[in-house]
Amino acid sequence: MTATVSSIEPPRTRPLAWLRHSFVLAGRSLAKTTRNPGPIINGVVTPALFMVLFLYLFGGSVAGSTADYLQYLFPGILVMGAGLAGLVSTGTNINLDLKNGVTDRFRSLPISRLAPLLGSVLADIVRYLLAVAILFAIGTLLGFRAHGGLPAALAAAGLAITFGFCLSWVTVFFGVLVKSADTVLAISFIGFLPLQLGTSLAAPVETLPGWLRAWAEINPVTQAMDACRALLNGTPVGGTVTTTLIWCAVLFVVFCPLAIRAYSRQQ
Amino acid sequence: MVKVSDHGFETEGLAKAFGKVTALDGVDLAAPRGQVLGLLGPNGAGKTTVIRVLATLLRPDGGRASVAGFDVVRQPGEVRRRIALSGQHTSVDEELTGLANLVMIGRLLDLSRSQALLRATDLLARFGLEDAAKRPVAGYSGGMRRRLDLAASMVGHPEVVFLDEPSVGLDPGKRDELWQMIRGLSADGVTVLLTTQYLEEADALADAIAVIDQGRVIASGTPAELKREVGGHTIAVRPNDPADTDVAARILADVAGRAPERSSRHELVVPVTGDADFFEIAARLRESRIGVSELSLRLPSLDEVFLALTGTPATPAASAEEPTKAAR
Repeated sequence: MTATVSSIEPPRTRPLAWLRHSFVLAGRSLAKTTRNPGPIINGVVTPALFMVLFLYLFGGSVAGSTADYLQYLFPGILVMGAGLAGLVSTGTNINLDLKNGVTDRFRSLPISRLAPLLGSVLADIVRYLLAVAILFAIGTLLGFRAHGGLPAALAAAGLAITFGFCLSWVTVFFGVLVKSADTVLAISFIGFLPLQLGTSLAAPVETLPGWLRAWAEINPVTQAMDACRALLNGTPVGGTVTTTLIWCAVLFVVFCPLAIRAYSRQQ
Repeated sequence: MVKVSDHGFETEGLAKAFGKVTALDGVDLAAPRGQVLGLLGPNGAGKTTVIRVLATLLRPDGGRASVAGFDVVRQPGEVRRRIALSGQHTSVDEELTGLANLVMIGRLLDLSRSQALLRATDLLARFGLEDAAKRPVAGYSGGMRRRLDLAASMVGHPEVVFLDEPSVGLDPGKRDELWQMIRGLSADGVTVLLTTQYLEEADALADAIAVIDQGRVIASGTPAELKREVGGHTIAVRPNDPADTDVAARILADVAGRAPERSSRHELVVPVTGDADFFEIAARLRESRIGVSELSLRLPSLDEVFLALTGTPATPAASAEEPTKAAR
């Protein structure tokens, strides 16, 4: 038996609701960050430590002077910072939400199932901006100068952030699949070493031993670091920017759908 | 214009397996609008799985389920507009304030900023949380979290609310408080599905009870019908002086018409038909000057219910529900 009633019609979702909901959830993620700033500290302190460490340990021998070495090192550190800021937080946050029932509530709400994921990643973009800005400040204090000019420096920052954003979908994917937040952290860290350090970060790839050079040359992080280095120092970028953007697209196109699929299947 | 079914929710032959573990094995349930249905069963009986299917979080392998007249598989969006879920874990954000938690849900339900704030303030007052509104949830007690979780469920004026073991971990005072609030929901015409391991809780809240075991409904009816079936109340007596046990046992046998069972700690337990027996027993004990350390009128425990219904004790969790949690 059915009856017909018109007054209880709940509000219809309006256009672009998924985007608005994602922004609401990004706000949630950022509000949580201000209460628990660990991930953002991680995204700034780790690369800053590497910068200081490499600069004063190897600066003299690799580049002749620490000032010259900083010009080489800093762009790579920037890419590392942008990558790290989201790498750790997105995956672990999503994993925590899945475990403690928050995701169940979100998924029983009439919102796009993509919104919680997208919200978390959008919040990460703000975290990258913050990390990149702080790293720029530290680099400038240590003596780094962007010889490529302001537009090129902004382009470099944008490229680092875009790259970090696309790379973060890999951790989102693992964050959804893996059972505990600790495992997500462990995977992120194990991935961090070869991905961020097996690159042109500390020294040009030509100077690396054969096996490491082979890896560093195909490692997309090297491309992003080389592109930022060229932009910031005002040297020819060659194909590095294009290659980085292609990598960004590939990472995004592969891992974003995978993460979304795994997320909506999570039952 | 929408079609409205008479049922808050309904399931028919609902089946679900996790790998080789059968969680639901043909579950039939129905609750008229505005009714509270208590789903009673031990751990691993399939209670949470039923809720997850009805809340569109889990696709059933077989059978049919509808909420407010909408099929959970074919029209999940329509279902989600009309339900609220309060799971076993309180799903509120520790780092945010109570107010921020509710405002966020309001914003996700397409309320404007001011509407969301208004609704959140209203609900916080209704659930007795106005003083804690601006404090982070991390500092809330268990009872406060439960109430906030329930308030969060109510933001969207749901027609059907799913409560998965809502009183777990609450002390009796807080539990009564929560019960009051759940009764309030049903007074507002909300259909409620409540899972519990306690007959007492189902009896206190539910208009109808379905007993579930190993993924099947093994009994259902009103609390009164169910209690008749499983033997209603029992009286437990424990004399102060163990030497009085035999005299007390004779009194019990006399009034209840059958010999009481003796437990290890000189406790005597006997099923009775009503509270008249209770007062009779109390009077006779006083006449015989037998002091008691315990004298109580009890509902059967879950174990006694299962013993009466199936002839076997409640099957503890070899757990058909655990795989869902472990998988997440």
